[in-house]
Amino acid sequence: MKTLRNTFKELLRYPSAIFGLAIIALLIALSIYAVISIPYKEALRLWRGGEGVWDQYPRNAPPAWTNLFKSQKVPETLFLSSADGSAEKVLYPGENDVNTIVMTYTFDYQFDTFPDDMSLFFKAKFTEKQPHLSISWLPPAGEAFRVADFGAGKAKTYPFSQDTKLQRRLAGLSPEQGLFIADPKAGLTPPVRGTYKVRVSATTFEPDSDVDGEFVLYGQVYGLAGTDHLRRDLRVALLWGTPVALAFGLIAALGTTILTMSIAAISTWFGGWVDAVIQRITAVNMVLPFLPILIMIGTFYSRSIVVILGAVILLSIFTGSIMTYRAIFLQVKEAPYIEAARAYGAGSWRIIFSYLTPRIIPMLIPNLVAAIPGFVFLEAALAFLGLGDPSLPTWGKMINDAQQNGALYQGFYYWVLEPAALLVLTGLAFAMLGFSLDRIFNPRLRGL
Amino acid sequence: MSEVRAPDNNVLRIEDLVMYFRTQKGAVRAVDHVSFDLGYNEAIVVLGESGCGKTSLAKAILRLLPRNIDTYTGKVYLEEVETMGLSEEEFRRQVRWVKMSLVPQAAMNALNPVLRVGDQVAEPMIVHHGVTKEQAMAQAKRMFQHVGVPVDFINRYAFELSGGMRQRVALAMSLVTAPALVVLDEPTSALDVLTQANIFNTLKRIKEDLQISFILITHDIATSSELADRAVVMYAGEIVEVNDSATFFTTPLHPYSQKLLASVPRLRAVQDPEFIPGQPPSLVDLPPACRFAPRCEHRWEKCDEDPPIIHKGRIQVRCWLHA
Repeated sequence: MKTLRNTFKELLRYPSAIFGLAIIALLIALSIYAVISIPYKEALRLWRGGEGVWDQYPRNAPPAWTNLFKSQKVPETLFLSSADGSAEKVLYPGENDVNTIVMTYTFDYQFDTFPDDMSLFFKAKFTEKQPHLSISWLPPAGEAFRVADFGAGKAKTYPFSQDTKLQRRLAGLSPEQGLFIADPKAGLTPPVRGTYKVRVSATTFEPDSDVDGEFVLYGQVYGLAGTDHLRRDLRVALLWGTPVALAFGLIAALGTTILTMSIAAISTWFGGWVDAVIQRITAVNMVLPFLPILIMIGTFYSRSIVVILGAVILLSIFTGSIMTYRAIFLQVKEAPYIEAARAYGAGSWRIIFSYLTPRIIPMLIPNLVAAIPGFVFLEAALAFLGLGDPSLPTWGKMINDAQQNGALYQGFYYWVLEPAALLVLTGLAFAMLGFSLDRIFNPRLRGL
Repeated sequence: MSEVRAPDNNVLRIEDLVMYFRTQKGAVRAVDHVSFDLGYNEAIVVLGESGCGKTSLAKAILRLLPRNIDTYTGKVYLEEVETMGLSEEEFRRQVRWVKMSLVPQAAMNALNPVLRVGDQVAEPMIVHHGVTKEQAMAQAKRMFQHVGVPVDFINRYAFELSGGMRQRVALAMSLVTAPALVVLDEPTSALDVLTQANIFNTLKRIKEDLQISFILITHDIATSSELADRAVVMYAGEIVEVNDSATFFTTPLHPYSQKLLASVPRLRAVQDPEFIPGQPPSLVDLPPACRFAPRCEHRWEKCDEDPPIIHKGRIQVRCWLHA
């Protein structure tokens, strides 16, 4: 414990270690936030997507902050709902159970281009007589413009762009453009800036009848991370990629190092045929191609992250480090205190685990830390090659999606750069920490 | 299985113990037909030059065999049990540290550097008696008091202790399971004279308090005379003399013992300390003659034959002069 504390104290003398630790702490915080804010099942459901999950999101929208670097500000995606209070909803009671509900969606439009689309999503409650909806558009200056009238139905979506009648009334301009122009007949001019209102007045014909509507302005940018070709918010994958990557890296590195160390100790202590068998297995394993075997497992057996993790650990146990550790153990084995332990009747296992292995832990820790990013990258590489767990949102999966959908060709740089930046950051953090630890545990490197 | 024999008031009885090592040049006869016995609460000192088989004898008794063992035969009766007949596992469970413990050579390095010394001393208790950690630690504390280590050192690591303290800790560790016999392999060789004296006083006190038998392996003839009841002298893997310390330290029988004792410097003595010319023979290629003959002052024609062991009561001497 004391040595650990001293190591930590010494570690803080290296700026690179502080930097590395800070990033690791950040990544861990991000993981905890991800797991708490989006529970595992919810993350899987969101990532699977499908009917009704991502309808309100724009397709292939870069993150909103890219506006900062653009001369022309493109519209951000906007959600306004009467159900959660982001839009005004007033009930005007009438006679004979005929009530009027007025929902007003107010938004400030300060962009240089038009949105991709606008939609209204309605949910109505009634038994027989469906409510009647009337939509009008109130530009910053000028008169109200009647958009459409229709019956609500239980669930109704009104996409502005697909209303051909409306398009004709706007001199042939697509409604998501025409509605933002002062005089559509004069042709396509830049959108008018200012506060717009969409007013929906619903007439209900039953006492318990109710209507709620959500207005979505599909912008050309969205949120912190942007969206992909399936309208999925990339934040889900970026957030959930963190715990997956860290867990994979940590478990693989820990599993590999601990097993390697134990097997090397067993090999050395028992010697004889045990040693011979373990060393031959190592020699054979070292010439086996690592990645092709993983690809085979992924293709023919299972792509579950647990199976791949197990295979990675198994294939990484019998590697060169077993020989390195064995060389050290051969030396430690002859130490007087090992003989003393034998003399007082300590069994082989007690000697292996409380006398032999603790001696190489100082050497093990830098190796362990340095091995983590290797496994994080491996997981991303496998996902990129299409061998990632199909259900899990991960960084590698994101890059894989981006590659398959020609992200770079189409200019969706954010799609590749976001996960790549997180991967690089993770690698950097562990590498910097690892180097500092190496310097502490390997005094000969201190002068460098 | 082990054969049971009637107790004859001996804690240890060794008969014809042989341990040879295998090397490329041939078998090294490190322990060559050694027999002696040791009574309860008796201390016996094993003397001899470096490389004469003292440590090998200790290892043979404790069955700490190196990998290149060639021959390992003989009989070792510890209390009533013949330990050579036990399997490795039986030996580990029934003998090591239960009946017989070891303070290894360079005991300063015999402590695990990554365990606290308290845990280390408690370990044999946990291994052999299956007691809880708390009970073992309590016993360890008692042992620390016995050997004169402050009890609060229990939480320290070996590198935080001085050489003398480490030696005491190693001693405490050997005593913690209350064995009948403790083998001390050069317990004081790396310590200063004051600490040596101190440790020997501690050993003496422990021998009286705990009624333990000691086998003390050392080069240090002068200090060992303080503790030993009897002396064993080894030369080239053989025992050349076993004698009571009272007679041994004044009138040793074997010419080698005489030379050995003469090599001890004496305060205000007229003569210089003597040395024995030549070197001990190679243990690989031994002639069928007296092994000490080439260096012996009293050599005569009989010495070309291998001398027998001459028994005079408990005294043994392997020399034609006493035949």
